[in-house]
Amino acid sequence: MLVPVLMAFLTSSHDSATVHSGGLQMTLGDDLAKNYYNAMLVPGGFTKSVDGMRMLMNSFILGIGFAVGKIIISMLAAYAIVYFRFRFATFAFWLIFTTLLLPLEVRILPSYEIVQGLGLLNTYTGLIVPLIASATGTFFFRQFYKSVPNELIEAARIDGAGPVKFFIDILVPLSKTMIAAIFIIMFVFGWNQYLWPTIMTTDERFFTMVRGISQIMQVFIGSQIPEYGEAMALAIIAMLPPVAIVVFFQRWFVKGLVESDK
Amino acid sequence: MNKSQFRSPLYPYLLLLPQLSIVVIFFYWPAAEAIRSSFYLEDPFGFSSTFVGFDNFEDMVSRSDYVASARFTIIFSVLVTFFSLAAALLLAVTADRVIKGASTYKTLLMWVYAIAPPVAGLIGIMLFDNLVGPIAEFFRSFGWDFKLGVNRFDTAFAMITVSIWKQIPVNFIFFLSGLQGIPKSVQEAAAIDCASSTRRFWTITFPLLAPTGFFLLIINITYSLFDTFGVIDVVLKGEPGNNPVTLVYKVFLDGFRGGDLGGSSAQSVILMVLVLILTVFQFRLIERRVHYN
Repeated sequence: MLVPVLMAFLTSSHDSATVHSGGLQMTLGDDLAKNYYNAMLVPGGFTKSVDGMRMLMNSFILGIGFAVGKIIISMLAAYAIVYFRFRFATFAFWLIFTTLLLPLEVRILPSYEIVQGLGLLNTYTGLIVPLIASATGTFFFRQFYKSVPNELIEAARIDGAGPVKFFIDILVPLSKTMIAAIFIIMFVFGWNQYLWPTIMTTDERFFTMVRGISQIMQVFIGSQIPEYGEAMALAIIAMLPPVAIVVFFQRWFVKGLVESDK
Repeated sequence: MNKSQFRSPLYPYLLLLPQLSIVVIFFYWPAAEAIRSSFYLEDPFGFSSTFVGFDNFEDMVSRSDYVASARFTIIFSVLVTFFSLAAALLLAVTADRVIKGASTYKTLLMWVYAIAPPVAGLIGIMLFDNLVGPIAEFFRSFGWDFKLGVNRFDTAFAMITVSIWKQIPVNFIFFLSGLQGIPKSVQEAAAIDCASSTRRFWTITFPLLAPTGFFLLIINITYSLFDTFGVIDVVLKGEPGNNPVTLVYKVFLDGFRGGDLGGSSAQSVILMVLVLILTVFQFRLIERRVHYN
C-alpha cells in the first residue's frame, strides 16, 4: 500500500532527465527543493496565471467551505426534522433524503447548464454549493439527534428553554464529536472532488490542486521530456493535507465513518 | 421512537429553508432536466430541440460503443469490488490477530483513503508508464509487452489495479471494526471447539461478518461505478481514443466532448434507474440488519 506513494515522493526529488533515462527512483535525489519550489511558486498553465500556492488555497477554500457549509445546513435541517412537529414534515424528509439516491455524476450535464444559467461558472459559490446538494450530512445528524436521550429536551422545557436556546446550549455542545468526525470526512471529500471542478472551472485562477492534476497530464502528451519530478511534487502536495487530517484525527475519522454509515 | 417535539409555526420552515432551496435548485431541477432532455433531440448549439420519445434510448442501446462500454463497466465493477473486498478482508483478519500492533497497522493503511482518485491515477500511470514505470518494466521482464494507453487490455489492467488499491483502506476499516465487534466469548468458544483457524474463520467469523460484507458490497459497487471517474480520466490522460471507458465516463464524454445532449441525458437516466435499483436493494438489506440487531 505504501510503496507507490513512497516512490512518487522519492521521484519528486530528481530532475526529469534522470527519471526519463532511469525510470522512477528509489533513492533521495538532489532536486527536492528545486522541484517543490517550481511546482508551488512558478506560475504555469496556459495563461501563466496560476501557481501551486493558488491551487492549494483554492483547494482549502473548497474543502473547508464545503465541509462548514454542509455541516451548518444539515444540522439545521436535521434539527427541524427531528425536533419539530409540523405539516409537510414527511414531505420535507423525503424531498431531502431522495438526494441520497443519485450522485452528482449522473446529472452532471444539466447541473452544469443550470450553474451556467445562474452565472456561477468560475466562482467559489458555483464550485461549492452544488456539491452540498446531497443529504449525507443531514442523514448523519438525524441519526445522531435521534440517539440523544429524550430526558434532555424534557428537562430543557421544564427550565423554560425555547427551541433556539435548546439547540445552541444543549444540542450543539453535545454534537461536538459528531461535528468533528463529519468535518473530517467532508473536508476530504470536498478536497478530492475532481469531476465537478474540472467542468466548472475554465479560469485557471480557480483551479484546485486535484483539478490541476489533469492539467499536469497535458505535459505528458507533449514531445519534450516530461517534468516527472515536478508532477510528482504536485501530486504529493495535493495528497498531503487530507492525508494529514485523516492520520491525525484517526479516531474521530473512523468513528464518523463507521458509526454514521450504519 | 417517540421524540418530544417543539411546536412552532415558523422555526421548522426557516431551519429547512437553506437545505431545501439548495436541494431543489441543484438536485431536482437538474435531475428533471436530465429526464426531460433525454426525450429530445437537440442540435449541438442548443438552438432547437425536437421531441423524439424513446429514440435516444433505443439509439443508445443499439450503439456498439455503448454496449461495449456497458460490458466493460460490468467487468470493471466486478473485478474492482471483488479484489478490493478480498484484499481488505485478508488484511483485516491479519490486523485483528496482531492485537498489539493493530493501531499502527491501521494507520499505515488508512491514509490511502484520503488520496484523491486522480492523484492515485497519476501515481498509477507513472508506475505503469511505458518508459519510466517499474511495473511496466517488471511485466516486460516476463515477456509481456505492456503498453499503457495503446493496448486496451493493458490500459484496463492499470485502471483496475489503481482503483482496487484506492478502495482497500475503506473496506479494511469496516471489516476490522466488524471483526472487533465479534464478542470475545464467541471467539473463545470457537477456539475450544475447533482447532483449525482456517475452519474457524469460514464457519464462525465469516458468517458473522456477512452483514458488514453485504453493506460493503453496495458501497463498493457504487464506488466502482462513480468514484473511479478521476482514476479513469487520468489514466486515459483525457484522451480515451480506442480505450475502454465506464458508463459514467461515457456520459461525460458524449455530453461534454461529443455535444450529444439527448444521448448523454438518456445515459444519465439509464444510470439513475440503475442506482435506484441498487439503493432499494441497499435499504432492504439495512432494514434486515436492523431486525437482526
